[in-house]
Amino acid sequence: MRNIPTRYAASRTIGGALAALSLITLTACGGDSGSESTGAVEKLGENEGEVSILAWPGYVEDGSTDPAVDWVSGFEKETGCQVTAKVYGTSDEAFNLAKSGEYDVVAASGDLTLRMIAAGEAAEVNTDLIPNYEGIYDFLKDREWNTVDGKNYGIPHGYGANLLMYNTEDVTPAPTSWKAVFEDAPKHKGQVTAYDSPIYIADAAVYLMAHQPDLGIENPYSLDEKQLAAAVDLLKAQRASVGEYWSDYTKTQASFETGDTVVGTTWQVIANLIDPKKASVKAILPSEGATGWNDTWMISSNAKSPNCAYAWLDHISDPKTNAQATEYFGEAPNSDKACEFASEGHCETFHAGDEKYAEQIWFWNTPIEKCLDGRTDVTCTDYQDWTKAWAEIKG
Amino acid sequence: MTLSSISSTLSRRPGIRLGLLLAAPLTWLVLVYVVALAALLVTAFWTIDSFTNELQRTFTLDNVREITGEALYRTVTLRTLGVALLVTLIDCAIALPVGFYMAKIASRRSRHLLVIAFLMPLWASYLVKALAWRSLLSNGGLLDWAGGLVGLGSPGFGFTAIVLTQAYIWLPYVILPVYAAYERVPDSLLDAAGDLGARPALTFRTVVLPLVVPGLVAGSIFSFSLTMGDYITVNIVGGANQMLGNLVYINSGSNLPLAAAIALIPIVVIMIYLALVRRTGALENL
Repeated sequence: MRNIPTRYAASRTIGGALAALSLITLTACGGDSGSESTGAVEKLGENEGEVSILAWPGYVEDGSTDPAVDWVSGFEKETGCQVTAKVYGTSDEAFNLAKSGEYDVVAASGDLTLRMIAAGEAAEVNTDLIPNYEGIYDFLKDREWNTVDGKNYGIPHGYGANLLMYNTEDVTPAPTSWKAVFEDAPKHKGQVTAYDSPIYIADAAVYLMAHQPDLGIENPYSLDEKQLAAAVDLLKAQRASVGEYWSDYTKTQASFETGDTVVGTTWQVIANLIDPKKASVKAILPSEGATGWNDTWMISSNAKSPNCAYAWLDHISDPKTNAQATEYFGEAPNSDKACEFASEGHCETFHAGDEKYAEQIWFWNTPIEKCLDGRTDVTCTDYQDWTKAWAEIKG
Repeated sequence: MTLSSISSTLSRRPGIRLGLLLAAPLTWLVLVYVVALAALLVTAFWTIDSFTNELQRTFTLDNVREITGEALYRTVTLRTLGVALLVTLIDCAIALPVGFYMAKIASRRSRHLLVIAFLMPLWASYLVKALAWRSLLSNGGLLDWAGGLVGLGSPGFGFTAIVLTQAYIWLPYVILPVYAAYERVPDSLLDAAGDLGARPALTFRTVVLPLVVPGLVAGSIFSFSLTMGDYITVNIVGGANQMLGNLVYINSGSNLPLAAAIALIPIVVIMIYLALVRRTGALENL
């Protein structure tokens, strides 16, 4: 290389290109923050011919995973909207993808929706344009994660609770409280599991709400610094007994089957999947209540195909489609009508429409500085604080 | 411009010729490595709006102060460093005798078989290997059973499990350069040492080892740096432990600048490692 006379020139070009490129990358990341939504659309137009969707795995199935599981092809034929779907693994990942502005529709859990709305990424939705909205359970509508200042930002999809699961042989007497994974955790040292996400801090807060009322926790997603510190202490103590944290549901399934884990948080679908020959488990909703998820179909404020997006929102909340999708994922559907289409026992297993049951669930919400429980004398800890605390808990 | 005039221009101007030849790989290199790394470096000194996650492009040292000041990052850095060093030691300890056997003792035929055997794991997916270790280590798994025979259980999921799994996954990357280094040691040197009365141990220490060190160093760079950056194995067999990669991962969603700042730690560590290695002079013999 040393003898080549153009070496200097070449390196200068590279330098120039580098500078130019970094400039491009930096400015391209800019994005248009703070773009205020200008109100929901009044009328729908022609379908655009395509729609891109960002969703949890299992929410948008076109038969490519399993030929028998397909609620997309019919929609494409009927509306002329070609669907491209991308799946994500965590709400944080979804948020970064959604900000790219490439998606028309996003299926968001409650720990994401408020961030989407605050970042100006979500468009107000005119529910009058979605005929199937009417049949949806009233207790899922107008909640604090899908409706802000009276403006609706999406359609409820399905919901479920983060339950307490235990191995019936190893954990006796049968627990009825989250105490099993907190105070009683040392009894099963190394065999306790917990959900691996900052949002799990809310589970500790739900427990503290019932057992340490003097802390004054009103809403597990609305913690001031003192309350967060109490939850962190509880989780740090729990950490000593935790064998592993899980975020991939197949991992916790395997862990319960081999006996590496005997008690911890779970989803109903995992309890259903565990082979009873390998481990006898039970999943319960403890006396303190539980956290849970309630997902919302949102439309991007930068949607290129808003009409197809509305068509999709209506399609996915169609009782038959909703039954298919929520059953495939393993959660309660969003309407009584959907239960007519679901297989027998599905709605009972997942307590669909059971308002008493739903009242015990603190659906995931985004912790923000402005306290969600209405307190104005303190600032609350936000999701970033929670992320930091979570890393610290794991140590 | 006709084809012939293009070719005559190219033949007269070696600079253009070279430039065209190098354009594609250089663009790739610049785009993928240099720009990405520069962006990473810059991002580490920015901050973020805590609610909307919007980047705020004002220079701040907060992130650097946080990763150098807080105990969490010290603990995790030490843990990651410990894992990386142990993995490198284990892999070198296995690669030295195995490489020697492959290059100097085994017959031609079995040498090929051995090379294939050690390369085979590279054909399997990383995830498959990590998950296989998960089932080996789990309750009632192979290690639990084998350990039970001598009165020990499986080490379970955790620090030991991470070290074992990583050592297994990166082993081929160490064995190959070590084996190649042994191959380059002329047999005549071994014979000469023997003729001069050196016992095998002395021959190995004074003749073979110095010639193999560059291969060993090359291998250790692989195992060390790959372990420093990993987070998937930790997720699968790490139990409740976390390494630097996990901290980057957990922050990448909600606080990109902090994640970038954490990512600087392994970069600095690896740079120090390379500087140390360079001091030994081993890199020049590669």
